[in-house]
Amino acid sequence: MELLHLYLTLFASFFKIGLFGFGGGYAMLPLIQHEVVATHQWISVSDFTDIVAISQTTPGPVAFNSATYIGYSAVTEAGFSSGYGVLGSAICTFAVSIPSLILMTIATAFFLRLKNNPWIQSALSVLKPAIIGLIASAALILITPYNFVDYKSYIIFGAVLVASVRKINPILLIFLAGAAGLILY
Amino acid sequence: MNNRIKDYLELFLTFFKIGSFTFGGGYAMIPLIRNEVRRKGWLEDEEFMDMLAVAQSMPGPVALNTALFVGSKRLGFKGSLFSGAGVILPSFTVILLIAAVFTQFKDNPVVERIFKGIRPAVVALIVAPLSSLGKSAGVRWKNLWIPVVVALAVWRLNVSPVYIVLAAILLGIFRFICLMKRGVDK
Repeated sequence: MELLHLYLTLFASFFKIGLFGFGGGYAMLPLIQHEVVATHQWISVSDFTDIVAISQTTPGPVAFNSATYIGYSAVTEAGFSSGYGVLGSAICTFAVSIPSLILMTIATAFFLRLKNNPWIQSALSVLKPAIIGLIASAALILITPYNFVDYKSYIIFGAVLVASVRKINPILLIFLAGAAGLILY
Repeated sequence: MNNRIKDYLELFLTFFKIGSFTFGGGYAMIPLIRNEVRRKGWLEDEEFMDMLAVAQSMPGPVALNTALFVGSKRLGFKGSLFSGAGVILPSFTVILLIAAVFTQFKDNPVVERIFKGIRPAVVALIVAPLSSLGKSAGVRWKNLWIPVVVALAVWRLNVSPVYIVLAAILLGIFRFICLMKRGVDK
């Protein structure tokens, strides 16, 4: 019964993330964070940061990666066996995909009418700048004492920021930052 | 009949391949999908780019949305199920393995040291593309207040991004109605 309730809550959360997660990628992070860290406390902020890091170094969009990871860890941390965890992963990944499936099916059918629709264009003219604000909030939320433990954290932050603006491969940067952590701490 | 099955399988395998080899988030997949679609002659490039614009303005991961419309254009709704499953399965398998292993080793001191280095790097990777993304999203001085207010509301006031999205859509529609009224008055 408790397990069923957990599955339903996970499903509802990730369905919501799929439905309101405009902008893809980092723009979906504050919404995911709001659901899984702030509201349901399935994972901590630093675990959430680790998932984003893992997501950067593995295939697939971050929304799927978080769905799969949290589906598993929320169920196993609640004391259920790993088999139930796999089912939790599948439920979350499925839930985050359903809104896309429904909306894209409709969009493909009405494509010509959607393309130059002034109502949609006008809604997007405010939504797009708002999405930039959502990405910025994702970064601000992650600047916590758990993620930035001392001055060395800020040095790593600055170095990676400069390197990333100069288009150095993000996967390489994560590996280098990991090596730096191993040496510095 | 046999050909149909082959077509569905080809869709699935194409997107499975794309899903397996694109690291670093969904956006990395778009050029690969575009290439495959062009190479196989599934869609005209212009149609692909138009649909991409629609896929990006819909909620959900952009890579999934793109996979869904290519599958749906090619073989209808069932086609989109195959392309969608193809693009999801590789990351699902990889992350499930990592979740099973990582939850065991998370508190290992070596792993903890590595992630102490990685965590600030992740924040830097989110900040880095902000200004170029902002430019392409049409952020100028006169509407800079929108991202600033949104970021502060979500960060400081813990406002759910759901309300931000709904408010932005309503504000955009409201703006359109105002512009239309002004047009009628003239």
